[in-house]
Amino acid sequence: MSFDAIDAWWWPFLFILVAGWLATDSWRFLGVYLGGRLSEESDLLVLVRAVATALVAAVIANLIFFPGGALAASPLALRLGAAVAGFAAYLLIGRRVLAGIAVAEAVFIGGWFALG
Amino acid sequence: MSRNHPQTAPGDPGSARRWFLRGVAAAYSVPGLILVSAFIGFAGLAKETGLTVVETVFMVGVVWALPAKVVLIGAILSKASIFAAAFAVALSSIRLMPMVVALVPEMRTEKTRPWVLYLLSHFVAVTSWVLALERFRDVPPDMRTTFYAGLGGMLVLNNMIVVAVVYMLAEQLPPVASAALFLLTPMYFLTSLWGSARERAAHVAMVLGLGLGPVFHILLPGFDLLAAGLIGGFAAYGWHRYARRRAAP
Repeated sequence: MSFDAIDAWWWPFLFILVAGWLATDSWRFLGVYLGGRLSEESDLLVLVRAVATALVAAVIANLIFFPGGALAASPLALRLGAAVAGFAAYLLIGRRVLAGIAVAEAVFIGGWFALG
Repeated sequence: MSRNHPQTAPGDPGSARRWFLRGVAAAYSVPGLILVSAFIGFAGLAKETGLTVVETVFMVGVVWALPAKVVLIGAILSKASIFAAAFAVALSSIRLMPMVVALVPEMRTEKTRPWVLYLLSHFVAVTSWVLALERFRDVPPDMRTTFYAGLGGMLVLNNMIVVAVVYMLAEQLPPVASAALFLLTPMYFLTSLWGSARERAAHVAMVLGLGLGPVFHILLPGFDLLAAGLIGGFAAYGWHRYARRRAAP
């Protein structure tokens, strides 16, 4: 029952609706329902946020270590170097997301041409 | 300028339109621009995965939160079943619940109808949430749902268009440009996820997740995201409890 398991036009949309829409909007609707009942400092929410953060971080690392498409043609050291440089720039230049992205891209594109 | 007179007459249609348009204008800000750059990257990612342009734009509209979409794409790439994919996406999106819990009291007045809040909650994702909490101060309480409808709606619509256009142009790009595009998504998350952390435990969880993701990708293909999320998350929570106990007198 994977994304390309059923050869019908509606299957990808059903897949996106169930695995995408239902899996995200359920949490949003639950959030409206709970309203102010749960405290932002509640211990359960610390755990919830930690699991969510670790999961998204794993996605980020996998996109850098095992990328698809054109990015896969670049050496791992270059991708890793660009990401580390970008993150260091983000931390050093007042936590500006734009600075982190710009430095990572500059290092990556510079390295791409330097390596030929 | 407009900060001095937030006391508009309630129910005045002219002022409702004005606040809606101010919400729309708030979508064109630095955080909004950064989000567009991340969606440019996402369009490239979706195309490489083999999604059609209609499926990609549909996904932007119905899922909206970018981390959830990136996890969904990851699940599609690893040939996960619809249930495994839903579980991974749901796990990555739990954070939307506390975000909505925090936002709702700011928008709700005695007259707000519940369906309006349920509808608007669909627009909740990192960027619109940060922008809303920042701008709500200058919006009269009874106009906040209107303002957020303009802000959230514009962000979604804007990025659906961006994704459609980039998807169609991506073919003509030289390899270095499309490789650089794919780097946008992880860099946007690497930095904004670190910045959005509420407590140190989230930073610990992030570092653990970054390390465990690639390890489990090799050891446990198919369950790498779940394993990294659960193990990294529980370990960070354990650290949180331990650090707090030590800090207590």
